[in-house]
Amino acid sequence: MALLQNLLIRSFYAAVLLLAVLILNFSLMHLAPGDVADTIAQSAGGADPEMLAQIRAEYGLDQPFLVQLGRYIGGVLQFDLGYSYFYNRPVTDLILERLPATLLLVFTAQIFALVLGVFLGAMSAQKPQGWLSHLVTFISLFGYSAPVFWTGILLLIAFSLNLHWFPVAGMRDVTVEGGFWVQALDIARHLVLPMITLASIFIALYSRLARATMMEVLQSDFVRTAHAKGLPMRHVVYRHALSNAMSPVVTLAGLQFSAVISGAVLVEAVFSWPGLGTLAFQSIIARDTPTILGILFFSALVVIVGNLLTDQVLRMMDPRIRGRSA
Amino acid sequence: MNTPDTPRPVSRHPMVEAWVNFRRNWAALFGLVVLSLIVLAAILGPVLYPTDPFDMVWAPFSPPGAQGFLLGTDYLGRDLMAMMLNGARVSLMIGGAAALVSIVIGITIGAVAGFFGGLVEEVLMRFTEFFQVLPTLLFSMVIVALFGASLPMITLAIGVVSWTAVARITRAEFLRLKELEFVLASRAVGSTKFRLIFRVILPNAAPPIIVQSALMVGSAILFEAGLSFLGLTDPNVVSWGQIIGSNRLYILDASYTVTLPGLAIFITVLSISLIGDGLNDALNPKIRQR
Repeated sequence: MALLQNLLIRSFYAAVLLLAVLILNFSLMHLAPGDVADTIAQSAGGADPEMLAQIRAEYGLDQPFLVQLGRYIGGVLQFDLGYSYFYNRPVTDLILERLPATLLLVFTAQIFALVLGVFLGAMSAQKPQGWLSHLVTFISLFGYSAPVFWTGILLLIAFSLNLHWFPVAGMRDVTVEGGFWVQALDIARHLVLPMITLASIFIALYSRLARATMMEVLQSDFVRTAHAKGLPMRHVVYRHALSNAMSPVVTLAGLQFSAVISGAVLVEAVFSWPGLGTLAFQSIIARDTPTILGILFFSALVVIVGNLLTDQVLRMMDPRIRGRSA
Repeated sequence: MNTPDTPRPVSRHPMVEAWVNFRRNWAALFGLVVLSLIVLAAILGPVLYPTDPFDMVWAPFSPPGAQGFLLGTDYLGRDLMAMMLNGARVSLMIGGAAALVSIVIGITIGAVAGFFGGLVEEVLMRFTEFFQVLPTLLFSMVIVALFGASLPMITLAIGVVSWTAVARITRAEFLRLKELEFVLASRAVGSTKFRLIFRVILPNAAPPIIVQSALMVGSAILFEAGLSFLGLTDPNVVSWGQIIGSNRLYILDASYTVTLPGLAIFITVLSISLIGDGLNDALNPKIRQR
């Protein structure tokens, strides 16, 4: 019951945040030089002031700011994010077409980074001066400092161009034919390098925090008790200590969703991954404002949903947080 | 009361003590030396090596060392050495300026929220949360795309989206400090709110903010590199990210035009992170006692 109530409160906050994103979006569009009428006139090969005024009246651009804002929000509530005059398609269609690719990249990279980061952190916490601990330090320094697009290009040069282990670009090979599993395997082969590249930033963060919390937890009384009971080492570390060290790492991971999406934009550009980042990049080059703002809205939505999910996972994992309200 | 036979500990200025601690950390010192060299190269490089980074000086894709061009030429036959040196200026300048913008915004919002509390804090922290929801790179891409890719606009676009961590840290420090005795004492003698915030509390909140600020410079450099890699940069200047972005289709012909500028970004940001870690150890009293 508490879980459900909390979910409702959180969802309400999420809705308010999304509304704020919409208002920001619309204000940006309003503040920027040039409007839809200019874009239409441009694609029609120019127009005189009279015709511009006519277009503005037709699209409601001559209405007061608040009226236009209300219309925009009303439209979004009906899944209408505007029309892209560059692609000649509704923005919502464009985004929904690209969203799955980005979600696949973002979520697999997050999970991969979490699993590997926690594993490395937990292993190295047992021997703070061991080689694995130094490896974690090295990985975290690299992950913090290397530009992610450069990491991607280096992996591309090594594993695609020289070793030919993985495809160079894209998400699927058009020549591959076959059933579901053949297609899935093809996508997985394309996914490996972008996923590792994107995860590299976050493996650094998670392994560092996991090591620090594990070192603290391993010193605590209940771990000593578990040792004293004569439980095997592995059982103590991976059952008792790890489940207690997990929640700070998951909390951190939840806070990283917006950073993961930012990273995904660059990774998608390197590997020509057909997701939202590539679409954002193309529509910025084309000055396609409705599409850019639609993407900003959708990525905020992904972040908010990601935060909600993390919160629920935390509550299910850790009984200490469950009682607390939002 | 001081009796003459108990020796008083030598009291040093906290910054002197921090430096003494910092000096013991060889990794941080190494970072400081490397960063100084890079800054020096950025300042003096284009003066001592006056080749125009936009000039076609030799055949495209000449490997490093060929024809006396130390780092070779790129796909347009431009001298990579000249591009790297000029790029260092832009990358460091925008990184530093953008970090400064975000630090000023972050400190102001965090300090006001932590100091006044109540409704002010509630509103400001919701505002911060709102900024944390927007993916920073996408947001600044939108700003640059809508308002133009001039250097000041890029600096602003990076600064405006990346202040949230500073604000959170500043607020936490203010919450911790504002009820302590020295603040109450200053309040009791009638200090103005402005004085309390900026002269009394802020200097005591400085250590974690300084560490975070050092890291901000590194992430702002990475941020600028990302934007200019995507081509969202002033077309009239060279920066490290932009060299990689414009050459990335030619990695088969000349991979060094991509790997070398990336290495420059990596080493710069790495040395800043090492300095940040060193500052953290030097300024953190808990670790100092060990």
